[in-house]
Amino acid sequence: MANPIKATGETLRGMGVTLKNFFRKPVTVQYPEQLRKLPPRVRGRHVLHRYENGLERCIACMLCSGTCPADAIYIEPEENNPEKPNSFGERYASVFQVDMLRCIFCGYCQAACPTGAITLESNTILASYTREKMLYNKEDLLEPLGTATRGAALAWEPAPPASAQPILPEYQGLFDGWRTTAAAVGKGDLALGVSDQTDTPKPLRKEAPATLPGQATPRSLPVRQEDES
Amino acid sequence: MDFGTLIIITIKAVILALVLLGAFAYMTLFERKVVARMQNRFGPNRTGPFGTMQPLADGAKLIFKEQIVPRESKRPLYDIAPMISLTVALVAFAVIPLGPPSLQIFGTNLWVGDINIGILFILAVSSLGVYGIALGGWSSGNKYSLMGAIRSTAQIISYELSLGLSLLGVIILAQSLRMNDIVAKQGTVWFVFLQLPAFIIYCVAAVAEVNRAPFDLPEAEQELVAGYHTEYSGLRFAMYFAAEYINMVTVSSIATTMFLGGWQPPLPFLPIELGPLWFILKVLCFLFGFVWLRATLPRLKYDRLMQLGWKWLLPLALLNLVVTSIVVALVS
Repeated sequence: MANPIKATGETLRGMGVTLKNFFRKPVTVQYPEQLRKLPPRVRGRHVLHRYENGLERCIACMLCSGTCPADAIYIEPEENNPEKPNSFGERYASVFQVDMLRCIFCGYCQAACPTGAITLESNTILASYTREKMLYNKEDLLEPLGTATRGAALAWEPAPPASAQPILPEYQGLFDGWRTTAAAVGKGDLALGVSDQTDTPKPLRKEAPATLPGQATPRSLPVRQEDES
Repeated sequence: MDFGTLIIITIKAVILALVLLGAFAYMTLFERKVVARMQNRFGPNRTGPFGTMQPLADGAKLIFKEQIVPRESKRPLYDIAPMISLTVALVAFAVIPLGPPSLQIFGTNLWVGDINIGILFILAVSSLGVYGIALGGWSSGNKYSLMGAIRSTAQIISYELSLGLSLLGVIILAQSLRMNDIVAKQGTVWFVFLQLPAFIIYCVAAVAEVNRAPFDLPEAEQELVAGYHTEYSGLRFAMYFAAEYINMVTVSSIATTMFLGGWQPPLPFLPIELGPLWFILKVLCFLFGFVWLRATLPRLKYDRLMQLGWKWLLPLALLNLVVTSIVVALVS
């Protein structure tokens, strides 16, 4: 209130801004009627894919289940019948369940899959009234016979620049199960049949310094060195 | 006063109260819609066409909600306080003329009472509203409520002075305290053009008087939860809520009557028979201003609020009064 003229002017300027916005079109998307156009790499519900001859891409290698940080994927593998195989490999997934209540939609399963069998698609409308309905079985996830899509795997080809890569967790000295992340089991063969990255990938993280149980104090936690490269 | 007149006045009062409560309901919708558009949203648009049933849904919800009474509350006062607020808010409207004396509906004029000290009546009654807030805040037995009530009391008393003084200029020009005379005097030129400083002072003081943003310190939710009505729920809360919005309508109506010519048409060639329409349009402009302020300005600090009231508005209002008195004395 030191300068009443200036204060009044600023107030009127603010009023002008709100009045200008009053005559603008609202930006709201009226959700159930209008749907937003989602980008192709959006991570929504999983889809299990097939090859052109109808065989399932999934070979029950368990990499997605192993890399899942939320332990949301449950697979029961079974030997293929050689006369009438379900997949190209020796095994196929007789049970493939994704618990959408646990899933955090990180996309590591897609990154880990060596055959491009599982992708996260743009279906984000997953709400349900019961917990049972949030448990998706293989029948819910597998694309119908006769369709052979690659899904979101195509959207990730060619590989995005390093700045757009999914952020992998960095070891902070607190999470004990860090070895089970996607980097530990490998990022699979995401660039399936499209391009080969010849340059050797940089190791994602250093070996964690060992801290004996009971000695972990805030001071003794490993400090990330910025100048080491 | 015979029995028939009494019945007519009672009916008019009941109709006015119902109209005001309806105005409150749709004022909430109006505010939500306007604020939403200023924030590039739609606002409520699901309940009925364009959300027009939203106030009814809100009302039904408030009526059927449980009324939680805190153990620490002081019981009779706790119940009475919101009623005081609402009653006072409704009563102040009684002397405001909604239409010209020539316009009669069912043989009666468009006001409840035409007393010769109309503006004094309004100022006196609207000052009572602070009792509802102060008692409600104190009887809740909650420190936030009490602090909100204290703030509200200090604020309303501070701004009441400027409010009354700014209206005095108009009264000097109109040479009358009767609302109808004041409106009739504005047939040629509205008092807003003769009393522009008083009008501006009145507008600022009125926003503070009804505890609206940017002067909504009594219910500053970041500091005081909800201020004086923290412990109120259900219908009792609805009464406070209604009182706040009806006070907005009342204050806007007073401004319309005193400065913008009440039911006088905005342009001289427009028919005077549509008086209520002009009145409502002018009040709507004020209400839009209230909402516009709320959508724009952040809350004042408490010391700034007091500085503005005592160091700027009050001296300006006094100056305006003195200048008006001298000019009127010289001209007449």
